[in-house]
Amino acid sequence: MSKRVGLEASHAAAEAARMADVDIIAAYPITPQTHIPERLAEMVADGELNAAYMPVESEHSAMSACLGAAAVGARTFTATGGPGLEYMHNVLYVASSMRLPVIMTVANRALSAPLSIWGDHSDAMGSRDTGWIQVFCQNSQEAFDMTLWAFRVGEDSRVLFPVMVHLDGFHLTHVTEPVILPEQEEVDRFLPRFHYPFALDPDKPMTHGAFGPPDIYFEAKIAQEIALRKSKAVIIQGFDEFGDIFGRYYHPIEPYKTEGAKTLLLTMGSFSETAKIAIDIKRNEGESVGLINLRLWRPFPLEELRQVVKNVEILIVFDRCISFGGPGGPVSSEIRAALYNQKERPRVVSIIGSLGGRDMSVKDFEYIIDRGREVAKKDSQELYETVGIRGEVTDIRGLK
Amino acid sequence: MKEKFIKFGKNLVTTEEFVAEGHSFCSGCGEVLALRLACKALGRNVIIANATGCIEVCTSPLPVTSWRVPWMHTLFENVAATTSGIEAGLKILTRKGRMPERDITCVAIAGDGGTSDIGIQALSGAFERNHDFLYLCFDNEAYMNTGIQRSSSTPYGASTTTVPAGKFSIGQTTWKKNMAEIAIAHNIPYVATACPSYPFDLMNKVKKGGEVTGPAYVHIFSPCPTGWRHASDLAIEIGRLAVETGIFPLYEVENGRYKLNVDRPKLRPVEEYLKPQGRFRHLLDGEIEKIQDHVNNEYAKLKAKVACFAA
Repeated sequence: MSKRVGLEASHAAAEAARMADVDIIAAYPITPQTHIPERLAEMVADGELNAAYMPVESEHSAMSACLGAAAVGARTFTATGGPGLEYMHNVLYVASSMRLPVIMTVANRALSAPLSIWGDHSDAMGSRDTGWIQVFCQNSQEAFDMTLWAFRVGEDSRVLFPVMVHLDGFHLTHVTEPVILPEQEEVDRFLPRFHYPFALDPDKPMTHGAFGPPDIYFEAKIAQEIALRKSKAVIIQGFDEFGDIFGRYYHPIEPYKTEGAKTLLLTMGSFSETAKIAIDIKRNEGESVGLINLRLWRPFPLEELRQVVKNVEILIVFDRCISFGGPGGPVSSEIRAALYNQKERPRVVSIIGSLGGRDMSVKDFEYIIDRGREVAKKDSQELYETVGIRGEVTDIRGLK
Repeated sequence: MKEKFIKFGKNLVTTEEFVAEGHSFCSGCGEVLALRLACKALGRNVIIANATGCIEVCTSPLPVTSWRVPWMHTLFENVAATTSGIEAGLKILTRKGRMPERDITCVAIAGDGGTSDIGIQALSGAFERNHDFLYLCFDNEAYMNTGIQRSSSTPYGASTTTVPAGKFSIGQTTWKKNMAEIAIAHNIPYVATACPSYPFDLMNKVKKGGEVTGPAYVHIFSPCPTGWRHASDLAIEIGRLAVETGIFPLYEVENGRYKLNVDRPKLRPVEEYLKPQGRFRHLLDGEIEKIQDHVNNEYAKLKAKVACFAA
């Protein structure tokens, strides 16, 4: 019998790693990720989890240790966020390019300066092109579910890619919610034991990560790209199998009240739940609006997105990240590009908000919907608009 | 000690090669010779992680490889952390019964830049966490793979491409970072210095380092004809001169106890070591004297430490 318990999202992620019987946890503390490694360290100390907890001296070494552990066939987990994710950036590429299925929770955090320990998606966007499978979570249940699912998909011999599970720092990581925990037997049915087909072994010597001269590097990278795109089929299969066993079905793109809607709002992560309330209010007022929760960030669900927005007039994309000097929020500019060649496409409006943990209320999302529709009607649009800025902001040094 | 240690000597070295021929090291390279000897000493039951550097580039250009033992590359700065993951992974898989009990030596290989500069944090962390692994630093005293840029392991007075000798410069103006002493400061069970000019000593130390339980560090002096600008048939000679002048003394520290492996009653003058090398050619007598004083001091300090444990 599964049981319903109150769990902080961080502890839900840790619980999933425990039920996955993870072998290696290599982690370095950083707010707001700390509750995840702390809980796992506690489990190891109390004998609830038979694993090695490696208290490494940096995030860079956390990911590096994960590489080594995964390369000998250990089930490997780590967690970080914000500057920690940036610090291991270089190593992220090695994990994906050497096809080492490290599983990592990212407690999304803003980047310095100014120092901010609070949440936004600047870290996730900085890691966008690292070749990892990436999903966003809305609540504690999903923190558990996506972590378990990440092991299942990343370690699949047809995939062998590392997976990032994004949890909004504080807004999700530190929130206690009801979580349905499955039986170990169900977890074991869903998640087979990890067998890394290329494990380093003196009986079968193999060279991993050899150096790629120009006559071979490009092909190696394209092969990797093809493999990541192809993994989408397994990603979806993993969602389906998860649903069949645990009763909760997930999708790369999750539409909410999109039937007949002319305006859609697109959000990621825990803010989708707040945005849904705004959609409910608008729908009750008789307005034709809906929401897309973008769950799968990499590989990007292009086909699914195009399908959902086919008959939509306005698509408002909410970003929690600035692309300095760029064409709007990173998610919105990517979606604009993805739809540009479509014959029929919605007008895409980029709204940026909630940097560095600024709260977003239901009212703010109602504002975004109203404002987005206004902006879309204008002939020339600004590249993006912001929500929640107080007063007039000028250059930081006051230069005009 | 995991097993009884047998010393290498003539006729006691395997004819098996673990680093295959066909690699692309420069002719006369002291480093690949040291690597070959080290791998012979370690044998087949190893897993090697390699930092970026000459060794990686010269042994693993896709689609071929020189490695006949399991080997992985990660990055420049993280080989100690990666190796610690390999070791921890093997250990936990064995403990969980997913892997048969085996005596596999986990080895990290890096150059002096990957060790004393960019990789020192990961190395210090792996030492402190007490992983059972062997770290081999192949020290050719600069970033040779990228074209002879200085590292913190470059000796005083050497001309490199980033600290070139010139009208207003003698080249490197700082003293070589003493990595072996930094390793010793971590209180790990085994630290040694080695040089391929003393092949059996090198092999014995590598083997011992692989066999101790806990972290071991062997700092291997690797003459580089290309970067040091000496004749390509001189690597062995240069290595011997480095030892005999006291510039690179051969010693080992087992559980904190120092032992000098090559001890000459009288050191040869450093000039004999400096003269054949183009990188020191610009040095005037005053600078050579300064180097001689420094070597004398450092050597006396080392002898004092050895003497502490002689009784």
